Amino acid sequence: MTEVIEFQPGWELIVGLEVHCELATKTKMFCGCRNEFGHEPNTNVCPTCLGLPGSLPVVNGSAVEYAMRLGRALQCTVSPSVFARKNYFYPDMPKDYQVTQYDKPTNTAGKLELPDGSFVGITRAHLEEDTGKTSHQGGDGRIHGAESSLVDYNRAGVPLVEIVSEPDIRTADQAKAYVDELRKIVLALGVSDAKMEEGSMRVDANVSVRPVGEPEFRTRCEIKNINSIRSVGRAIEHEAKRHIALYDVGEKPTQETRHWDEEHGRTRAGRSKENSDDYRYFDEPDLVPLVPTADDIARIDAALPMLPASRRRRLAEITGAAAADVTLVVDRGHDDFVVSVVGVGADAKKTLTRVENDLPPDQPITLAPQSFAQLVIMETAGELTATQAKQVLAEMLENGGDPKAIAAAKGFEAMASGALEAVVDGIIAANPADWAEFVVADDKARKKLSGFFTGQVMKATQGQADGRAVAEVLARRAAR
Amino acid sequence: MTARVAPTAVSIAAEVRGGTRSARSVVEEHLARIAEREPAIHAFNLVLRDEALAAADAVDAAVAAGDDPGPLAGVPVALKDNLCTRGVPTTCSSRILEGWRPPYDATVVERLRRSGAITIGKTNLDEFAMGSSTENSAFGPTRNPHDLTKVPGGSSGGSAAAVAANFAPLALGSDTGGSIRQPASLCGVVGVKPTYGVVSRYGLVAFASSLDQIGPFATTVHDAALLLEIIGGHDPLDSTSIPSPAPSLVDVLDRGVDGLRIGIIGELAGEGIAPDVLARLHEAANVLEKAGAIIDTATIPAAMYGLSAYYLIAPAEASSNLARYDGVRYGLRVDAPTTAEMNELSRTAGFGAEVKRRIMLGTYALSAGYYDSYYGKAQKVRTLIINDFAKAYEQFDLLLSPTSPTTAFALGAKTSDPLTMYLNDICTIPSNLAGQPAMSVPFGVGDDGMPVGVQLLAPLQGEPTMFRAAAVLEAAMKETSR
Repeated sequence: MTEVIEFQPGWELIVGLEVHCELATKTKMFCGCRNEFGHEPNTNVCPTCLGLPGSLPVVNGSAVEYAMRLGRALQCTVSPSVFARKNYFYPDMPKDYQVTQYDKPTNTAGKLELPDGSFVGITRAHLEEDTGKTSHQGGDGRIHGAESSLVDYNRAGVPLVEIVSEPDIRTADQAKAYVDELRKIVLALGVSDAKMEEGSMRVDANVSVRPVGEPEFRTRCEIKNINSIRSVGRAIEHEAKRHIALYDVGEKPTQETRHWDEEHGRTRAGRSKENSDDYRYFDEPDLVPLVPTADDIARIDAALPMLPASRRRRLAEITGAAAADVTLVVDRGHDDFVVSVVGVGADAKKTLTRVENDLPPDQPITLAPQSFAQLVIMETAGELTATQAKQVLAEMLENGGDPKAIAAAKGFEAMASGALEAVVDGIIAANPADWAEFVVADDKARKKLSGFFTGQVMKATQGQADGRAVAEVLARRAAR
Repeated sequence: MTARVAPTAVSIAAEVRGGTRSARSVVEEHLARIAEREPAIHAFNLVLRDEALAAADAVDAAVAAGDDPGPLAGVPVALKDNLCTRGVPTTCSSRILEGWRPPYDATVVERLRRSGAITIGKTNLDEFAMGSSTENSAFGPTRNPHDLTKVPGGSSGGSAAAVAANFAPLALGSDTGGSIRQPASLCGVVGVKPTYGVVSRYGLVAFASSLDQIGPFATTVHDAALLLEIIGGHDPLDSTSIPSPAPSLVDVLDRGVDGLRIGIIGELAGEGIAPDVLARLHEAANVLEKAGAIIDTATIPAAMYGLSAYYLIAPAEASSNLARYDGVRYGLRVDAPTTAEMNELSRTAGFGAEVKRRIMLGTYALSAGYYDSYYGKAQKVRTLIINDFAKAYEQFDLLLSPTSPTTAFALGAKTSDPLTMYLNDICTIPSNLAGQPAMSVPFGVGDDGMPVGVQLLAPLQGEPTMFRAAAVLEAAMKETSR
């Protein structure tokens, strides 16, 4: 990034994101238990995901496949990888260590393209197992002051990919766009349902600020417990302001984990103890290294679906629109339809407009591209006015059918020729004073009066006249 | 010392399968011996009297119905109490697991059941298999059946003693640094640590996962071979399990050692080894030579660092493996106002001194700033040992060494000095670090009249050759005692 974006005058924001995605495999990472959300506590468990003495993990091949798919979609290098143990005590972690990838992760050195065409570097995307969930009873629901705690291990051992970005992000909006884009990629790949509210996608933000021009990074804080894309932006902005406020009074933030408090719109310090943890990583001796072959990677690449960035690029190229202006249609999954419609000869720009504005945004398109193309072609040729085209489309969506036949049935064809002139002549006759004025008016005044006549024509035709055609008839009559 | 009159597993199974003897009578006979001597020996944490009799009746019913219950029909087997048995307490001789009943069977337990074997009890061990004398058990020490003032070795001392006392013709143990071979040697029975990955570890409560291997105890080489054939072979539940069937051993036992090149490991045949043990070692070498083997001295220079590397790697893995005993889900819990305090109090009360020592050692070895100089360096030594063995096996088919530096020592003799205790495993540890098979074969007695074992070592999956040599040594011993 060459251009410095100032967060506040004189201050630059630096953000790196760690996103955890639960993989939508049928079973857990290291055992055959169901990987499903919302069951009775401790019903999807077995000796392995409960970490019972003597149990052993067996890698879920689908999880590895999904992780590599995501890695390749993020343009990562896929390498032989080794699982490691991350040792720390926590009651929702059955073995009191987490099996994860440490110094030899599956995916490294990738990048993610944002809708505005900028890139955020991906440091790594590694596989690991999720923990269970603790709920604290009594007190304020936090661990301190709780009277007792209950643990649900249904989530323990669910496969996760942790995607770690480079500290390339400079604005809160960019951070939101990154998370949004990552979510779309994951959904396009079908590797996760990526629901932030259910926790199947979780975002931790590493936030720091530095004076513009300072080359080194300053102390960062890791913000956890961010539950929506909107909160990603809010949490980052709040934290950055907190840092600047501290520097402004000559203090410094401490490197720590902080929790986003959605209700109060601020971050809170976690226990400082958590930060002094030494995880004592070592290679997991119960598992063997994963060694994907070149053939495996080629097979995964070949099977990758078209990703959002490519879809945006394709649509922008076809329609001549800016990449940012095709985002909506791509996000709705309507871009393939536009491509097909344009492919059978319809005007690209008009097609994009009609699809974006006049098709139900949340539904897959059931119309035949040929029919839709026909409609656009008729409109472009002036056989239908914009209003008529919309009415024909509504009918097509409701009952199906051929646009030509629908237009004919509605009597829209006649309006394009002699009928319009007759209506215009009628309006001229009914408003002789205005017409006399129109005939002698200069361009500026004529424009104003033209609006009056067009309005009257529209009224008479119930909006079915083409505004441009009305203007032409008026000009012709006035020149006579 | 009791005269050994009990039949072998092979002969029991033959009689039971042939219908000439009932499994019930076999089990009753062994239970009777247990009733007589177990109070003095304490080989078991739990004797499964009723369950064993019920299982025996099921075997007899199968035979009566014309079915074959399997190659170990009616044979009592004692299981080290770190092997998970469904619904049956599995304690690892630790207070922290007292009362815990696994909801599943270890793969080896499942395979034994399918072969018609009858689990007769769960045997004592050093807590979590950490020790060389079975004195580190939370439930009291096991005594050597040959001399009740002596230790049986460890950590599988209960299994070794059970077989030596004829409480069961077969037993299973686990071997992380010698925990099958050393007690086998001290109790005068056959004990085998198979190639890492030959026997599934699923259901073995982990001590040091990269070193742990389950293996057989038996009174004869043939019985040990049969048991290993039954428990060995690929298990999809253990990712480190070798994807091939169990080695064929019984069929090769009579092939002799003619032409085999066997090396005595120089580094393990001198200083630190008792003279009587060394004398038996050289007698064993002579026997093999007479049988046609070519004997020479082999060198494993890195072997002398094995002990140091082992006492970093094994505790490091143990510190992680034993983290789960935190009072949250099972076993002992000492309540406290916070989770962290509850964890701490439960672990303080539940673990014995040796376990705590190794958890501390392992935690330290893995700590940031120390990893490279301890755990990292130990892994390098491990590689050196593997390389040294590889070089030796270019010249030799098998290697030979003592199993234990001495015969069984008195209870309490080494408990005050952990380092002296650790030296017991000097000859056995290299095989664990290299993942290679090794076995202890009884070969006479020491000056004190206590059993001496010699150790045969083989390259990865070299069990068939190793068992051939073991059979030759065993046959020679039978000749002498005749």
